[in-house]
Amino acid sequence: MDALQLKRQLITFTELLFREGFLDEQFHQLQQLQDEKNPNFVVEVVSLFFEDSERLLNELAKALDQQNVDYKKVDAHVHQLKGSSSSIGAQRVQRVCIVFRNYCNEKNVEGCLKCLQQLKHEYAIVKTKLEALFSLEQQILAAGG
Amino acid sequence: MSLVHVLGFGLKVGHLIWMICWWFVSVISMNWFGNGGIMDPKMSLLGGKDPIGWWERVLGRISLIHHHCSQYVGSKRVSNTWWRKLLYTWLVGSTICSMWTFFYMSSQAAEKRKETLTSMCDERARMLQDQFNVSMNHVQAISILISTFHHGKNPSVIDQRTFARYAERTAFERPLTSGVAYAVRVLHSEREQFEKQHGWTIKRMDTIEQKPVHKDDYEPENLEPSPIQEEYAPVIFAQDTVSHVVSLDMLSGKEDRENVLRARASGKGVLTAPFRLLKTNRLGVILTFAVYKMDLPANATPNERIRATAGYIGGVFHIQSLVEKLLQQLASKQNIVVTVLDTTNQSYPISMYGSSSNASDDSLEDVSMLNFGDPFRKHEMHCRYKERAPWPVLEIATSSGIIVIAFLMGYIFHATMNRIAKVEDDCREMSRLKKEAEAADVAKSQFLATVSHEIRTPMNGVLGMLDILMDTDLDVTQQDYVRTAQASGKALVSLINEVLDQAKIESGKLELEAVQFDLRAILDDVLSLFSGKSQEKGVELAVYISDRVPDKLIGDPGRFRQIITNLMGNSIKFTEKGHIFVTVYLVEEVRDSSDVETISSPRNTLSGFPVPERRLSWSKFRGFSQEGPPCPSLSSFSHPVNLIVSVEDTGEGIPLEAHPRIFTPFVQVGPSISRTHGGTGIGLSISKCLVGLMNGEIGFVSEPRVGSTFTFTAVFDNGCSSSGDYGDPQINSQSNPSTLEFHGMTALLVDPRPVRAKVSRYHIQRLGIHVEVVPDLNHSLSSVTNCKTTKIDMIIVEEEVWDKNSGSSALFVNQLSDQGVAPKLFILTNSISSSRTGNRSSGKIQGCPAVITKPLRSSMIAASLQRAMGFRNRAITRNGEISRLALRSLLRGRKILVVDDNDVNLKVAAGALKKYGADVLCVNSGIKAISLLKPPHHFDACFMDIQMPVMDGFEATKRIRAAEQSFNSESQHGDGHGEAQGRAKNWHLPVLAMTADVIHATHEQCLRYGMDGYVSKPFEAEQLYREVSRFFASETNWTL
Repeated sequence: MDALQLKRQLITFTELLFREGFLDEQFHQLQQLQDEKNPNFVVEVVSLFFEDSERLLNELAKALDQQNVDYKKVDAHVHQLKGSSSSIGAQRVQRVCIVFRNYCNEKNVEGCLKCLQQLKHEYAIVKTKLEALFSLEQQILAAGG
Repeated sequence: MSLVHVLGFGLKVGHLIWMICWWFVSVISMNWFGNGGIMDPKMSLLGGKDPIGWWERVLGRISLIHHHCSQYVGSKRVSNTWWRKLLYTWLVGSTICSMWTFFYMSSQAAEKRKETLTSMCDERARMLQDQFNVSMNHVQAISILISTFHHGKNPSVIDQRTFARYAERTAFERPLTSGVAYAVRVLHSEREQFEKQHGWTIKRMDTIEQKPVHKDDYEPENLEPSPIQEEYAPVIFAQDTVSHVVSLDMLSGKEDRENVLRARASGKGVLTAPFRLLKTNRLGVILTFAVYKMDLPANATPNERIRATAGYIGGVFHIQSLVEKLLQQLASKQNIVVTVLDTTNQSYPISMYGSSSNASDDSLEDVSMLNFGDPFRKHEMHCRYKERAPWPVLEIATSSGIIVIAFLMGYIFHATMNRIAKVEDDCREMSRLKKEAEAADVAKSQFLATVSHEIRTPMNGVLGMLDILMDTDLDVTQQDYVRTAQASGKALVSLINEVLDQAKIESGKLELEAVQFDLRAILDDVLSLFSGKSQEKGVELAVYISDRVPDKLIGDPGRFRQIITNLMGNSIKFTEKGHIFVTVYLVEEVRDSSDVETISSPRNTLSGFPVPERRLSWSKFRGFSQEGPPCPSLSSFSHPVNLIVSVEDTGEGIPLEAHPRIFTPFVQVGPSISRTHGGTGIGLSISKCLVGLMNGEIGFVSEPRVGSTFTFTAVFDNGCSSSGDYGDPQINSQSNPSTLEFHGMTALLVDPRPVRAKVSRYHIQRLGIHVEVVPDLNHSLSSVTNCKTTKIDMIIVEEEVWDKNSGSSALFVNQLSDQGVAPKLFILTNSISSSRTGNRSSGKIQGCPAVITKPLRSSMIAASLQRAMGFRNRAITRNGEISRLALRSLLRGRKILVVDDNDVNLKVAAGALKKYGADVLCVNSGIKAISLLKPPHHFDACFMDIQMPVMDGFEATKRIRAAEQSFNSESQHGDGHGEAQGRAKNWHLPVLAMTADVIHATHEQCLRYGMDGYVSKPFEAEQLYREVSRFFASETNWTL
C-alpha cells in the first residue's frame, strides 16, 4: 500500500472519527501542538491518557464494587477522567463522564454502574480508533510519506 | 331662669370636657408619632417643600416607635390599665356630677316653690286680716251709732226695724260679717220692767248650745226663759240674717258670755273661739264690742269700764264662706289649700276653715300669723299646695343629659383607645405579614433559581445523551426525532436561563460585572449572530456607534449583550422587510444636538422605509429632562459614560393597546404572537431590569405597520486610561493588528443615502481607512480623476447604485481602468441570494468588483478587503491566528508553572504553552507549586487547576499570595535585599485558574482568592491571549 493511499485512508478515517463524534476540535489542536521539537507529542499524550484512563476505570470499578460507595472518591475519579478525555478531545468519553457525575451527585449506584459500563465501552472504542489512527500514521511513516 | 342657667352651665362644662378629651387623645397620638412628628409639622408648614420626605420621616419614626413599643409591651399594658382607670373615674365622676346637678336643681325648685307658697299665704293672710279689720271697724262704728242714738237719746230713736234696715244696707261695708246684733245690759232689778217694755222674756241660750237643733226646728218661742241672773244681756236689735237671736241672753251662752265679759273689760273688740252658730250650725266666730254709756278715757280701768257698760254689739263672722269669698277673689283656690286655725289653745287648735284631710300629704306648709285685733286670741293661716310638686322633669332631663353626654364621651374615649390598640395590633400584624410576604417572594425567587438550576443540570445530561445518540447509527426518521428532541431541549434550556435571570433579578441576586470590554466588538458579535437570519429574510442589518463613544468601556458586557440580543431578536422576529438599525451615542451627544444628521428623521432612513420618530422613544427619560449628566450621584464610576442605544426596525410594530404591558414579564402582544414567533415574553422584562441595573432607562416608540424603536440608556465607566482621547477611531484601531495594513488608505464610498453612507463609513473607518462619500458614480469618477494629492485605493459602491443603471456601471468600470493604477472596486450587497454574487465574489477579474456582504462588520470588511487586495500571504485571516501570533510574541521565553493533578491535562497544557515558546514546568499538586513559588523565584506566570485533591487551586493561590505578601513586607524592611533582586519590589505572580466549567460564579471566586483570571480547559487561543495579554502587555512594552 503506498503512502498516498494510506494518507487518504488516514484522512477519511480521521474525518469519520470526527463525524461520529469520537473526537472533537481539541484533538485537532493537539495535533497542531505537535511540531519538529516534539514529534511524538500526540502519541505521548494519548498513551498517557490510556494509562490514566485504565487506572481510573479500575479504580472506579473498585470503588463502585464496595458496599458503601464513596461517591466523593468516585466523583473525583470521574472528574479526572473527564478532564483528561476533554484534553485529548475524546468527546464521547467526556459526555459519558458528565452523565456519570450527575448520577454520582444523585448517589445513584445503578446509574453509576451503567455509566461505568458505558464509559468502558466508549473508552474501548476510542482506544481502538486512536490506536488504529496511530498505526496508520506509523504505516505512513514507514512507507516514507 | 336659674334652671336655664344651670342647663347652659352644664352644656358649657360638657363642651369643655369634650375639648379636653380631644386634646388628650391628640397628645397621646402625637406622643406616639414621636418628637420628630411634633417638630416636623412646623417645618412643613413653613416650608411646605418636602411633604413626602416629611411623611417618610414620620413613617420611619412610626416604625421606630413601633419597634420601641413592641419592646416595652409591659409598659404599654400599664398605660392600658391606666386608661381603663381613667375611664372608670370619668364615668363615676360624671355620674356624681349629674346627681349633684339633679339635687341642686331640685332644691332650687323646692325653695322657689316654698317661697311662692309663703308669699301667696302671706298675701292671703294680709287680705283676710285687712278685710276683717274693715269689718271690725264698721262693727265698732255701729256700736258708736247704738251708743249715740239708742242710749244717748231718750226715748231711743232706734228700734229693731231701723237697726235691721241700717245693718242690712251697710252690710257691704262688712264683707266678712254675716250679721250683727245688739244686746243690751239688763240688771236683774230692771228685768221685769225690761220684759214688760219689750213684751218678751229673756231667754237662755245654753240649752240650745247643749243640744244643737236643726235650722228647721228652731223656734224661739220654745226656748226657755232665762233663769235668774245678776245681769242679763238680751239681744234687742239684730240684722235680719241673725234675727233669731233677738231676746236671747248673750250671757247665758258660754262663748258669748266670756266674750261679753272680756269685751266690756277691755273696751276693744274681742273674738270668740270658732263654734257652731245657732240655727245655721256653721262655724263662725263672734266679734263683740262693748257699748258704753259715756265716753271713757283711754286709760280707764276695767272696773270703770264694766260699770259704764250699756250693751254689747256682736258681729257674726262666717269664716268659711268668708275665706272662700276671699280666695275666689284671688282666684288661686285651685293651687293651694288654705286652713285657718284658732290657736289660742296651742295644744288644741280649732280649725276655722278648711280641713287637713283634703290637703295633699306634701310636707310643704306655710304658716302665716293672723291678727284680728284681739290680743287674747291667736289665729294662724296654714297654706299648702293642693297638688303635689310636679315631677322635676327639667332636672331629670338635665342630669340625664349630662350622664348621657359623659357616657358618650367615655364611650368615644374607650372606642378611641380600643381603635388605637386595634390599629396598633393591625399594624404589627401587617408588618409581620409584609415580612412574610417578602420572605415568600424571596423564597419564590430562590425556589425558581434553585429549580431552574437543578433542571439545567439534568437537561445537560439529556442534551449530551441526545448528542451521543445522534452519533450512533440512526435512520433518517430517528435522526429527525432526535434533532427535534435536541431543539426542544435547547429551547427549554434557554427558557430556563431566562427564568433564572428573572428570578435572580427579582431576588436582587443579579450583580453586574465590571470588566473592560469593547462595545464595538460586542455589537459586531451580535450582528454576526443575527446576520444569517437577516440575510434569509432580506432585512438590512446595521450598527452605528458614534465616534465619541470610547473604545473600551468597563461594565458587564454579557448583560449588555443580552439586552441588545433581546431587542434585536424581537426586531428580527417581527420585521419582514426594510432594516434593523442599532445606533449607539453618548447621551450628551443626543441631548445637545437636535441635528438631523445625528438622529435620522422618519424619511431619511437606512433602507428607505419609514420609521417612527425615534426621539419619542426617549422623551420620557428622566436623564433628558435635566441639565448636566443624568443621575451623577448614582454612578459610582470615575469617568461615567452615558450611552444611549436605539434599536430601530421597520417591522409590524406593536399594537397600541399592548403598549402599557410591553415590559411586564410573560406578556406578549397577543396569544397568536407566541404561536407564530414563539418565545416567552420575558425578554423585555429582563432587559428592563438589566437596564435599570445599569442605571439606565428603557423606552420605545412604535407605530403599527411602520415599525418600532426601542431605546435604552446605560452608564458605564470609561475604560480608556485618560478620558480625553476618545474620538479618533483611527488611533484606537491601531491596537487591532488585523487592520494595520489598511491604515492610511483612502476609500471612496458611493451612496446616495446619508444614513447608510454614515454607517458604511463608520465601519470602513474602523479599519483606519479614510473615507470620502459621494452620492453617485459620476461624482466618484470626478473625485478619482481630480484628486491627485490623495490616492484613492478603493471605491465602495452600494448595490442599489450599482444596479440602478448597469450601463453606466459598466462605463464607470471602463473609465476607472483607464486611470493608471485603478482603485479596487467593491459592492456592498445586502443579501447573498443575488445571482451575480457567484461571478463577483472572486474579484480577481480586473474591473469586476468584489462583493462585501452586509451586515457590515470591521472584521468581515477587513477579510473581504484582504482577499481582494491580496494580503492573503500575510496569513491573517482568522482571529485565532492573529491571537496565536500575538501569543507567541507574548509568551516567548516566559517561565511558566503549570499545576494540575491530571497528567494528561498537564501534558496538553504544557504542550500548548510550549508551542507558543514558553518555558514550561509542570507539577501535579498545589503543595509542590507553593514550594516552587516561594519568592524569590524565576517564574513569570502560573496556570493553576482549581479542582485538585488534597489542596485545590484556590487554597494554593491563597498560600502563594500570603507568602508573597510576607516577603514583600520583609523586603521593604531590609532594603538592600530587594534591590539586589532587581525584579519588581512587589512580588505578584500572575496566577490564572484553569477550569473546565466556565461559569460566572467561578470567575468571581477566582478573583476573590487572589487569582488574576481564568482560562478554560482545554485552552482556547483567543481567550488565552486575552487573559495573558492583560498582565504581560505592560511588560512587553519595555522588553521589546
